[in-house]
Amino acid sequence: MGLRSFFDRIEPSFEKGGKYERYFPLYEMVESFLFTPKTVTTAAPHARSYIDMKRIMTYVVIATIPCILFGLYNVGLQTNMAIAEFGASGWRAAIIEGLGIGFDATNPLANMLHGLLYFLPIYIVTLVAGGFWEVVFATVRRHEVNEGFLVTSMLYTLILPASTPLWQVALGISFGVVIGKEVFGGTGKNFLNPALVGRAFLYFAYPAYMSGDTIWTPVDGFSGATALAVTAAEGPAALATYGITWMDSFVGTIQGSMGETSTIACLLGLAFLLLTRIANHRMVVGCLLGMIAFSTLLNWIGSDSNPAFATPWYWHLVMGGYAFGLVFMVTEPVSGSHTNLGRYIYGALIGFMVVMIRVVNPAFPEGMMLAILFGNVFAPLIDYFVVQANIRRRARRHA
Amino acid sequence: MAQTYRSMLVDPMVDNNPITLQVLGICSALAVTSSMQVALVMTIAVTTVTAFSSMFISVLRSQIPSSIRIIVQMIIIASLVIVVDQVLKAYAYEISKTLSVFVGLIITNCIVMGRAEAFAMKNPPFASFVDGVGNGLGYGLILMLVGTIRELFGSGSLFGITIFETVNNGGWYVPNGLLLLPPSAFFVIGLLIWAFRTWKPEQVEEREYRIQTVEAH
Repeated sequence: MGLRSFFDRIEPSFEKGGKYERYFPLYEMVESFLFTPKTVTTAAPHARSYIDMKRIMTYVVIATIPCILFGLYNVGLQTNMAIAEFGASGWRAAIIEGLGIGFDATNPLANMLHGLLYFLPIYIVTLVAGGFWEVVFATVRRHEVNEGFLVTSMLYTLILPASTPLWQVALGISFGVVIGKEVFGGTGKNFLNPALVGRAFLYFAYPAYMSGDTIWTPVDGFSGATALAVTAAEGPAALATYGITWMDSFVGTIQGSMGETSTIACLLGLAFLLLTRIANHRMVVGCLLGMIAFSTLLNWIGSDSNPAFATPWYWHLVMGGYAFGLVFMVTEPVSGSHTNLGRYIYGALIGFMVVMIRVVNPAFPEGMMLAILFGNVFAPLIDYFVVQANIRRRARRHA
Repeated sequence: MAQTYRSMLVDPMVDNNPITLQVLGICSALAVTSSMQVALVMTIAVTTVTAFSSMFISVLRSQIPSSIRIIVQMIIIASLVIVVDQVLKAYAYEISKTLSVFVGLIITNCIVMGRAEAFAMKNPPFASFVDGVGNGLGYGLILMLVGTIRELFGSGSLFGITIFETVNNGGWYVPNGLLLLPPSAFFVIGLLIWAFRTWKPEQVEEREYRIQTVEAH
């Protein structure tokens, strides 16, 4: 254990009275990331559990692995296909040509590598910019940097388009971490999902870079509509004329943000999170039922002027960020409801809102981000009514 | 007199600012701060109305029956607002169109009513006038700060003069569209209040709740 003894040797200089006392949060962050935290609760009562925040956060990051891998492949695939038509340029192309790999869209490894060259810069900038704020707040407030940021940074990266400029990436995560989380007291006190707050900031601040047909594949001149944009404009029947089948959308070889196109990858992550009991199944069930019920109702009502009314629920499931949001953001325990009945209502509210925004609001083809933020805001209110109802019920019983 | 004229004028800037300490007049602060020019005109309008309404109410203060004092105050304030509105329409028509209902809504601005109730009803006319000017300027100070941030980063200019050349005009600056939307003023004002209270900790309100501290591990 060379590393362990190294940490043991330098630890005293970070502790109280040590030379680097102020930077203890920084030391603690690296140490507890690599090893099991040494500190345990000493005061009674002891509630024992095999799970702690570090494990929760690490499991969520593990659950995103299918999405990351498929995201890398799909970004590379879309880019390589577009390059065949429009030609390659920029430093990424120089690296790929230097390695002699080429832009063959039929070669999965070439696609993965090309995707990685888009994913890595965004992820690194996210970690550096967001990590900077985390450390600043931890140092000033004298608490520890926790693993929550690992999840936030990964989710944030996966819901960005591959063409996002890096300075916007840094600005968005700074807003997400500071306004979405730290001003309310940090992890565990954030009533909104910080990754989504950062994404929403970019969405409203730089709409030209965050929506439209030209941003999803980072090749100049390329234009490809997302399945949602097609449905919003021409209805689900038109998807076939754009060459988008349900299976494409389910597997994820379509236009979209880096990690959210593949429903099957998201569902794999969901299975892992449900098996490990990190995600609460009630929110997932609520969100699915809300979406299915409301989209079926809209199918049944129908509309002559708005073709998106006809979108069936199984298309809503595979388009845009629904599956990704359902798995990784609706289930976020801090910003969601905390009562069991409340979790069903919370999920259903988001499921209802996402269809509402996608279909009825002409300004926003995608509604998952706004629907989840909306649900986050309502979560404490839902809990309040659930608790009040319970109090009334028990008061009647014992009256 | 407890307060000097100087403190009446200066206190509302930072120590007793109507926006950051009393959190009054937020509605118009959100609506009119997307450009400096509009914010400046609004500042002048509100300062004029607050100063003169405080003065006139103070002149009449011993004649106003307490039971109908709000109605009398409203009549005075409303008359002044109409005068300001008409002057703006006559001499600055474009800006008055941009300000739209917000000039009329000065009537309901809590700062004007607040100063009338809290100060002008108990103090002589000139002191009330100075107090009104001070509060108007305190409101204006925040408006100008917010306006500077929003116009500079939202459209790359100040008072309509280009500072950062935007991408659409061939420059380098990508304007931040969020700052042109009213909700952004919430963030900016919130951060300003945070900054003010860090600078002057005595402005921090007492908590309404207590966070239970767990025994340190």
